[in-house]
Amino acid sequence: MDKTINQKAWFLVLPVLLLVAFSAVIPLMTVVNYSVQDTFGNNQFFWAGLEWFDEMLHSDRMWNALGRQVMFSAIILAIEIPLGIFIALNMPKSGFWSSLCLVLMSLPLLIPWNVVGTIWQIFGRVDIGLLGHTLDALGIPYNYTQNTVAAWITIVVMDVWHWTSLVALLAFAGLKSIPDAYYQAAKIDQASRWAIFRYIELPKMAGVLMIAILLRFMDSFMIYTEPFVVTGGGPGNATTLLSIDLVKMALGQFDLGPAAAFSIMYYLVILLVSWVFFTVMTNLDKKGS
Amino acid sequence: MADTATAPGAATIPGDVAPSVPQATRRRRFRPNGSVVVMTLYLLFLLLPIYWLLNMSLKTNTEILNEFTLWPRNLTLANYATILTDPSWYTGYINSLIYVVMNTVISLAVALPAAYAFSRYRFMGDNHLFFWLLTNRMAPPAVFALPFFQLYSSVGLFDTHIAVALAHCLFNVPLAVWILEGFMRGVPKEIDETAYIDGYSFPRFFIRIFTPLIASGIGVAAFFCFMFSWVELLLSRTLTTVDAKPIAAIMTRTQGASGIDWGVLAAAGILTIVPGALVIYFVRNYIAKGFALGRV
Amino acid sequence: MAKITLDNLAHSYLAKPSSEDDFALKELNHVWGDGEAYALLGSSGCGKSTLLNIISGLLHPSQGRILFDDIDVTQATTSARNIAQVFQFPVVYDTMTVRDNLAFPLKNRGAEPAYIARRVQEIGAMIGMEAELDKRARGLTADAKQKISLGRGMVREDVNALLFDEPLTVIDPHMKWELRTQLKSLHHEFGHTMIYVTHDQTEALTFADKVVVMYDGRVVQIGTPQELFERPAHTFVGYFIGSPGMNVIPASVSGSQAQVHGTAVPLSQNFGTLAGKVELGVRPEFVTLTEGEGLPVTIRRVEDVGRHKIVRAQLFGKDLNIVAAEGQEISPDMTRVTFMPDHVNVYVDDWRSEGKAA
Repeated sequence: MDKTINQKAWFLVLPVLLLVAFSAVIPLMTVVNYSVQDTFGNNQFFWAGLEWFDEMLHSDRMWNALGRQVMFSAIILAIEIPLGIFIALNMPKSGFWSSLCLVLMSLPLLIPWNVVGTIWQIFGRVDIGLLGHTLDALGIPYNYTQNTVAAWITIVVMDVWHWTSLVALLAFAGLKSIPDAYYQAAKIDQASRWAIFRYIELPKMAGVLMIAILLRFMDSFMIYTEPFVVTGGGPGNATTLLSIDLVKMALGQFDLGPAAAFSIMYYLVILLVSWVFFTVMTNLDKKGS
Repeated sequence: MADTATAPGAATIPGDVAPSVPQATRRRRFRPNGSVVVMTLYLLFLLLPIYWLLNMSLKTNTEILNEFTLWPRNLTLANYATILTDPSWYTGYINSLIYVVMNTVISLAVALPAAYAFSRYRFMGDNHLFFWLLTNRMAPPAVFALPFFQLYSSVGLFDTHIAVALAHCLFNVPLAVWILEGFMRGVPKEIDETAYIDGYSFPRFFIRIFTPLIASGIGVAAFFCFMFSWVELLLSRTLTTVDAKPIAAIMTRTQGASGIDWGVLAAAGILTIVPGALVIYFVRNYIAKGFALGRV
Repeated sequence: MAKITLDNLAHSYLAKPSSEDDFALKELNHVWGDGEAYALLGSSGCGKSTLLNIISGLLHPSQGRILFDDIDVTQATTSARNIAQVFQFPVVYDTMTVRDNLAFPLKNRGAEPAYIARRVQEIGAMIGMEAELDKRARGLTADAKQKISLGRGMVREDVNALLFDEPLTVIDPHMKWELRTQLKSLHHEFGHTMIYVTHDQTEALTFADKVVVMYDGRVVQIGTPQELFERPAHTFVGYFIGSPGMNVIPASVSGSQAQVHGTAVPLSQNFGTLAGKVELGVRPEFVTLTEGEGLPVTIRRVEDVGRHKIVRAQLFGKDLNIVAAEGQEISPDMTRVTFMPDHVNVYVDDWRSEGKAA
């Protein structure tokens, strides 16, 4: 749509600006402020320059947390995106069963995140949880508080449980927007099931899938509550993802300087990766036309 | 001429049309359907953990800890009674609902005009501004936890509902602007122009004509604001101690000296699922469309 | 290329149709001749798309059989029927190039690469898109996309039939003409059986050898454009074809004479005595304004449409249209009309009645 130039439109944006300035810019300034200062307590601060950044860049702790974080996001994206598409393809297209699936699938999305953690914490316990108890009864050693692999499997399965439906619902919305004529034409052209997916369904879902990938990347990269409730970052630091580490540092140990430097780099990484995702995908999109 | 005389329709009127039943049933015969199997397994995967929580919430702690039962043998509502009669429990729900509703209202109120501006006008820095807004959706709450704590303490808003509502605006306002902008772009600009020609002022046009047109978009935006504010814990826990403490934070209380009160914990968990389930039930017919966010 | 036989065919979208009204397509027997071009004409919702989808196998009929060259294909899948179909709105594979789009149906059926390349080049030339063959389909305009759809429909030479479902709706008027001409020449060249669904009478009359007119789920007439014009089998055909449509005038008929409000109107044939709702159908082209004889009319207005004039008049309180030659003067004294007896059709309960030579 061609838009008219109108500088007065700024007035319409003003409330958002003020609000976001209050809830984002001021806190962010505080963070920047801390990141370049040091303190000996008593609210006395002095200039520390980029010392904290330097320290954090050389800290194994941050790099390890970042490594775990990247691994976590990569794993859940690799599972949730294809699985979500697969589920969407298998959903009933209309009628009662379709509504029922939609309702049941939305349910995990509206459960408070710590409750999601609690659900899986309980579900996986060997003494009182269905999953843990069953695995134990089958003779499979499973203990997410002691065993690193078990802890990882638990938080990955939990995230898949929590968020695959979001991908599926977005993909389903994309599928629903395809007119019947496309499927009819494909039948007439004798297209295979794979060709229908590759040349009709996937291109039509591309837009919503881009949203899904972006959302899932961002949210998985910021994840805190669910794994914290289940594993508390353990065993050891095995599941200490970036946010868990940051909160430990800032609110637990009150290491304001390093935590602030950490925060800024953390935020920048998310922005950078999102930006790369976004540009790559819009470019792919444009190349098509 | 010959064709006219034997027009087939004419020959069979009034046609005695009988449906051929055997054929219809032959086509609709049962065959094992892969999709049904896939969906059944997936829904089972989704529902089993929730069922287990429900199952536990209806048991006594003795049964939970000593017997492993797939359904409650001694069905009890005592856990729910504990929560619903103890003010320190149920005020948590009220607190959560208050700040969630406040957040949804604030987010929509500021996002509507902004989304209109982005969808209709070009102005200095519009693209940069839009992208910058979206970057706030990408801000990790963990980064903001401490600064928020200090900011709201210094302006005397600590432990109030409005503090949590404003904090959640950090990620909900950008989302609402983005969703609404998508829906508004779908409304032809001619509608605005016609209304101005008909003598509508901007506020009157916006409220009387435009808002009803994007009602579904507002519903979707409200749904997402509700959802993300309701499920968030890190910020809401950091910004509250007593007066505005959300239910999700109160749940951690069950770890008493005598160990965890599993039954009450499970009941509290189930009760936090209820508002979400209610919201889903009310919007069930719009879910598929809603998740497309006006962008398909 | 094949002869297509519809045997006792009917379709309802309901699971258990109870009355005739539940049928979107009412019982129908018809043979579509091999290599002929048909137009399926009717207003929207008359069942023409339903019929088309049943022929192509996208829908399975509630009753009856479909035969291709006397082989029963009622339960056969769309791809087994080997037909081509073009839809109302363009269906293109967005991510493919124009070339791949055109090659797609051939590739899926395992044709030789050399043959595919040659054939795609030919079709590209036919739809005037040779220059764009290596462009992606996504960015093209709606009518370019529809040309690709048409091309994809025509790319296979061995199809049993080519079906078109209002394919030119989204195309520019001048392009419409060109494409229709191309389709027609294609038909002459290859002799495919073609069925062309449309609600546009001009399109139907210029494209087809035979026009099939549908109304309310039923085929009301099959005939050449001339037959439809001169001898509409149903008042709907008379009204739907022609611009303006046929005038329908309530009357009573006995022998070779009709009575309209007490005025005698001569007929060219003998109909005996007719019972039921009797009406006369006269096309505006065959109504003549006179100064003295005939039925009394009041002229409301005269429209000059270029080649001729359309006179909007009233006859006993009902609208009557008259087509007058461009040069003819319409004077205020012209208060009566006569009909050309050869071109007066008699309808009983909306269906045309055939008389005997008088």
